[in-house]
Amino acid sequence: MTLTTERHGATVERSDLTIERPAPALTTLPMAKAINEALRRVLVEDERVLVMGEDVGRLGGVFRVTDGLHAQFGDHRVMDTPLAESGIVGTAIGLAMRGYRPVVEIQFDGFVFPAFDQITTQLAKMRYRSAGRLGLPVVVRVPYGGGIGAIEHHSESPEVLFAHTAGLRVVSPSTPAQAYQMLRAAVACPDPVLYFEPKSRYWAKGGVDLDAPADPSILDTARVVRSGTDVTVVAYGPTVATALAAADAAADAGRSLEVVDLRTVSPLDVETLARSVRRTGRCVVVHEAPVLYGAGAEVAARVTEECFYSLQAPVLRVGGYHTPYPVAVLEHDWLPSVDRLLDAVETTMGF
Amino acid sequence: MSDDAGGPLSEVGLVQMLTTTGERVPHPDLDLYAAELDADALRAMYRDLVLARRFDREATALQRQGELALFAPAEGQEGAQIGSAHALRPQDHVFPSYREHGVGLVRGVDATQILRLFRGVDHGGWDPTAHGFHLYTLVVGSHTLHATGYAMGLARDGLVGTGRPERDAAVVVYFGDGATAQGDVHEAMVFASVNTAPLVFFCQNNQWAISVPTTRQAVVPIADRAPGLGIPSVRVDGNDVVACYAVTRWALERARSGLGPVFVEALTYRMGAHTTSDDPTRYRDAAEEQRWRERDPIDRLHAHLTASGQLPQVFLDEIETAADALGEKLRTEVRALGRASTSGMFDHVYATEHAQVSADACGRGTR
Repeated sequence: MTLTTERHGATVERSDLTIERPAPALTTLPMAKAINEALRRVLVEDERVLVMGEDVGRLGGVFRVTDGLHAQFGDHRVMDTPLAESGIVGTAIGLAMRGYRPVVEIQFDGFVFPAFDQITTQLAKMRYRSAGRLGLPVVVRVPYGGGIGAIEHHSESPEVLFAHTAGLRVVSPSTPAQAYQMLRAAVACPDPVLYFEPKSRYWAKGGVDLDAPADPSILDTARVVRSGTDVTVVAYGPTVATALAAADAAADAGRSLEVVDLRTVSPLDVETLARSVRRTGRCVVVHEAPVLYGAGAEVAARVTEECFYSLQAPVLRVGGYHTPYPVAVLEHDWLPSVDRLLDAVETTMGF
Repeated sequence: MSDDAGGPLSEVGLVQMLTTTGERVPHPDLDLYAAELDADALRAMYRDLVLARRFDREATALQRQGELALFAPAEGQEGAQIGSAHALRPQDHVFPSYREHGVGLVRGVDATQILRLFRGVDHGGWDPTAHGFHLYTLVVGSHTLHATGYAMGLARDGLVGTGRPERDAAVVVYFGDGATAQGDVHEAMVFASVNTAPLVFFCQNNQWAISVPTTRQAVVPIADRAPGLGIPSVRVDGNDVVACYAVTRWALERARSGLGPVFVEALTYRMGAHTTSDDPTRYRDAAEEQRWRERDPIDRLHAHLTASGQLPQVFLDEIETAADALGEKLRTEVRALGRASTSGMFDHVYATEHAQVSADACGRGTR
């Protein structure tokens, strides 16, 4: 993999302020490599960190996200586990009770379900059950989402199934820089974090400041990635790129879209959403997961509560249909596209 | 007992060191551990057996009086629990299911604290780290994986195989015959085996998973599954407190020394209901219960100690006094546990602030 380094001024956008700092060295990396670098960094920084999962060792993971880590840190820190997801999460819970910080990989979204019990009944609730005596700083990495031509169970978006469970944090990065910082923050977090990696974005490159200071707030806040005045488009993970492409296309037609990257599905940064929608008066939310009971429903409800007198139109949702994920040759008819998003934008402008 | 030749209730190969009438029978491999039990140690076990049973009966009565929402009695299983618990060292760690009250008492957990869960004022109630006794896990079998990970952590921390008795540690995970049908229990055995985890799987086969007999969970002895996963197993008479001690002592010694996990199946019988919400008369007959009443673990040790003149009346009187005091303590303290505070419901959901929980807690969130 070729790494190119460039140097130019940068701004770190936060929900309510923009901090200028000296131009950092940006390294251009695909997201998979940015996550890899984040894992390498946390393994170096904290000897309690363990990387566990199926094929994460010598193979470097089926997406090569753990590439080279086994060679650098050895069996003791980067462990191939038996092929059993409940076992992976369940033993990570026990290791966390001994003071370790396991970062476990679930190989594909559709294979997280054997671990669903451990994640929702045990990982999420141990702190509560123990009245704060036992914390479980476990990160569960889940490559998710479609668009890569995969077979069944390899393209799903199950994030809200976890967001519905108290005790878990659920986040998803949209760029290599976000992925790098969010994973570092997730590993440092004393609470369990479901870290959903948009696999269709694994190979998209972007600048990453590998020396960026840690930023715990990144797990709590959305960010405005593009300013606009007509409609707020809310996205996260893989659909941030869709939203930005739609914003480009809309700009050609004279529409100004503001794009908000949620970053975190739980908690939900309602303040950043409301601040944007109060200005634009319109909101469309887009995700790959099916719309019915999806994160978009929560966004719509909260935006309506907070911005009722500013809204010019109902909040609209764009996303997956209420079907199982379809066969690969049909997935682009199923996934929320730029065109479907723009249709929703036009509908909301028509009210 | 059972004529279940070769089946999951077979008595063939069961380790027994005290007969049902309390006679000590030798065992070539385990006598060295049983020999650790001098008269004082056996009396200490007898005391714990009696106290565990009193705890059980008081808690059941408190539930009947409406002071507990639920209780899961362990009567009949005291031999397996007290025998195995006495084999533990302070640095060992226990992962119980939800019926190991006797083990909890031996680990120094305050009896009243165990009942917080059943009164509905707490999901746990004790400090699992201070007692080396994890909280009860109600999702059957899930905790076997936590025990495995914890044991893997002990090994990583250099607390196995050093040869220093005060340092080397192991984990015991308790579960029932029903749990052995769960995938998690099998995954735990796989992970423990390939990681040489210092872990003793302690299955109390009490013959009933609520209303379903062991014969619906297995067609061969449950312990026979473990060797296929590379884990040596042993079946022990679970109502023989001496044998349970010796077998667990052996298993822990092996695990602490770095040789990996062991599977112990203690064949016993749940004399009472699954919980106070259950009604065993709907699914099993009184004759079966009576057969097991005659194999009572406390009576057995009583007979053994009495025959050798090691159970003076003054000691029995002292235990009776202690048991009465335990009952009085429970009746008084459980009623005084009070109500959990409503605002406390929002505590400890997360270590870090979570916007939804914060909003809910101050009345600005969910309506």
